[in-house]
Amino acid sequence: MTDRSSIGRELEPAGEFSLDYAPAPESTAPVRLASQYGLFVGGEMVEPAAGGMAPTINPATGETLAEVSVADAADVDYAVAAARAAWEGGWRDLPGSERAKYLYRVARLLQERAREFAVLETMDGGKPIRESRDLDIPLAAAHFFHYAGWADKLDYAFSGRRAAPLGVAAQVIPWNFPLLMAAWKLAPALACGNTAVLKPAPTTPLTALLLAEVLRDAELPPGVVNIVTGDDATGAALVSHPGVDKVAFTGSTEVGRAIGAELAGTGKRLTLELGGKAANIVFEDAALDQVTEGIVNGIYFNGGQVCCAGSRLLVQESVADAVVGKLQKRMDTLRVGDPLDKNTDIGAINSQAQLDRIQELVASGVAEGAELYTPACVLPERGFFHPPALFTNVSTAHRIAQEEIFGPVLSVLTFRTAEEAVAKANNTPYGLSAGIWTEKGSRILWMADRMQAGVVWANTFNRFDPASPFGGYRESGYGREGGRAGLLPYVELVA
Amino acid sequence: MVFGVLSPNASLSITSPILGRVTDLLAVDAPVGAADAVAGIRITPVDAVGLEQRAASLCTRSIKTSSKAAALDLAVRMMDLTTLEGADTPERVQALCARARHPDAADWSVPPVAAVCVYPELVPVAVGALADSSVAVASVAGGFPAGLAPLEARLAEISWAVAAGADEVDIVLNRSAFLSGQYQKAYDEIAAAKQACGSAHLKVILETGELGSYDQIRRASMLAMVAGADFIKTSTGKIGTSATPPTALCMAEAIRDMAEQTGRAVGLKLAGGIRTAKQAWHYLVIVGETLGSGWLTPERFRLGASSLLNDVLMQRAKLRDGRYQRREDFSVD
Repeated sequence: MTDRSSIGRELEPAGEFSLDYAPAPESTAPVRLASQYGLFVGGEMVEPAAGGMAPTINPATGETLAEVSVADAADVDYAVAAARAAWEGGWRDLPGSERAKYLYRVARLLQERAREFAVLETMDGGKPIRESRDLDIPLAAAHFFHYAGWADKLDYAFSGRRAAPLGVAAQVIPWNFPLLMAAWKLAPALACGNTAVLKPAPTTPLTALLLAEVLRDAELPPGVVNIVTGDDATGAALVSHPGVDKVAFTGSTEVGRAIGAELAGTGKRLTLELGGKAANIVFEDAALDQVTEGIVNGIYFNGGQVCCAGSRLLVQESVADAVVGKLQKRMDTLRVGDPLDKNTDIGAINSQAQLDRIQELVASGVAEGAELYTPACVLPERGFFHPPALFTNVSTAHRIAQEEIFGPVLSVLTFRTAEEAVAKANNTPYGLSAGIWTEKGSRILWMADRMQAGVVWANTFNRFDPASPFGGYRESGYGREGGRAGLLPYVELVA
Repeated sequence: MVFGVLSPNASLSITSPILGRVTDLLAVDAPVGAADAVAGIRITPVDAVGLEQRAASLCTRSIKTSSKAAALDLAVRMMDLTTLEGADTPERVQALCARARHPDAADWSVPPVAAVCVYPELVPVAVGALADSSVAVASVAGGFPAGLAPLEARLAEISWAVAAGADEVDIVLNRSAFLSGQYQKAYDEIAAAKQACGSAHLKVILETGELGSYDQIRRASMLAMVAGADFIKTSTGKIGTSATPPTALCMAEAIRDMAEQTGRAVGLKLAGGIRTAKQAWHYLVIVGETLGSGWLTPERFRLGASSLLNDVLMQRAKLRDGRYQRREDFSVD
């Protein structure tokens, strides 16, 4: 007979199947990289005027993937002129139903080439293939589908008023969701009849350049979308260009503030989606096992490099030990490593600079007296990696509780009453997102009313949908992306 | 009588007024805080959306090469090879037992399964056929599959199966009592069944497809474990809805909670509708990542199935030879 003496007795490690799954790397075969990339202007790939090039690397290995153009002021001028010409040359007058056809086509082409986009996104940005495959790329396509649907219904979106396009939109996007942010920016702009100049982040330009290929295959009229790669100076030249009617920026609060100051009085329309320091608030009656998953998804999704990341856990004191215990055990099972492995949960940090910043803030947390927990995981020798981290004994005055870390670092604070939770959650200059975990519906509504945040999730976190508006309060910016509200930044309402 | 250890430090008599308090905890409206105050057993609610999302995410784990080989062998070793048909015959059970010892007649490197699961009357046949093997004999009993025979009859059936040589007894939760809120009754019956089992191991089937919500599955899991179950099991296989990934995850989380709160390790058996090797390793992943590798052993995890074995053997042969064999190369019973 089998020895079943351990049934119903003590716990002991008796494992026979290793959870160190054998490597399951996604193939990079669908990706064909050029050695050098130009700028996408007027429907063509063109060389930068001054010939400036910069490498873009794979943050998981440090290897250079390709050389990408660095656009200067002259290139930006050329791109804005192309966008202007396309707008005046017909795009602004095209019926919405015709614009919709192009957007539908882009969405379908993205779906057809989803695998290629997902692998490239992971190679260039370091995020796990599981996320780029299951979230970034499908959601990017979904945004094009969603706004394709709006293009011929603008008259119904704003009843009694006509929605007129603004002109040329300058769009500067970050490195944490490269293709998805491009979709968030381009889809509503084009649906509303604007043309665009898009500037991807310096560390993650490759999926935007692949998108240029898709736009060409979709036979989008030349100049409707122009993509200029480059550095911060490129972005600055673009947002300050006099030929631009609208600026949309997603990135750091510091840069956003500078853009706001520069555009004041110019008549250019501006939307900003900036940083965050979201509170994830757990009440004692919540479904604690799902809470644990929600916390993990809130802060370790994309290695915490998410503006709406749930970086501050506020947990009711009566269940604080239970939640932290569950969380630490769950963290032990997170798999950190090769982003292209299908079983990786936490991939590479996007850049050396970002890794330095995370490490600096973690060190400050330790120096200020908070208690650090990280699972015993072996990090790859090459590339930029940071283990998932959890701080307890955190005070609201600590830097780790105040500053946006933009990494896999969670600070745990406790509260006793709902009022205290509200006060602590709102005790931040930011106001992008918040999470509320309770089985009591009335408490969800009571809390949501009092959260100074643009997005409030209940019993979930980091869920995105093209129909749902996304945006911030206070230092997290203004303007909304997604849904009907996401049309407003791209139209002039005419009586 | 001491039926179970409720906390690492103290054993608790179930006949005391505390019993009433223990089962109070299982009441639908019981406040969570109160649970902590009584016997150290806390029952948390379950969020269906989050549970299903996590289960779906675990099912995207990619199991390749050496992991796949280990998972397939483990799946065989965890299998309760089952036949629960009115048309079962001694010959059919004997054939099943032969397969249990050597699942692949052409490849004796395939390990034997964990147990053979039959109706009580066929226990002596299985015991005879499995003598001198590592394969255990499991018997359903206690008015399977409804559990609505008179309690005395159900207990007598359990005792009969154990006396006939069953090492493990699979009984059903009294859903009629549980769903009408008579938690005390449901609890008492399991406790009595545990006593009737003697040294045989008790698996309690919750029949999750009839419980209506994950909250109820979690509550039934805790009730069965506190009442003395050595294993909790999803399904009888006799109704449409059987084991699913979220159900398995929900029960694994309850087991984890029980272990954390009392130090007692209870096993999990998934049954019904598990037909493919891929499903089997998804369940291995769910259990492994929820309960740890300590549960990835036949002592704490079982897959109850009849048609799963052939698919596992087929995948195993594919891994070995690099090509699929024909279905007709594998025995049908």
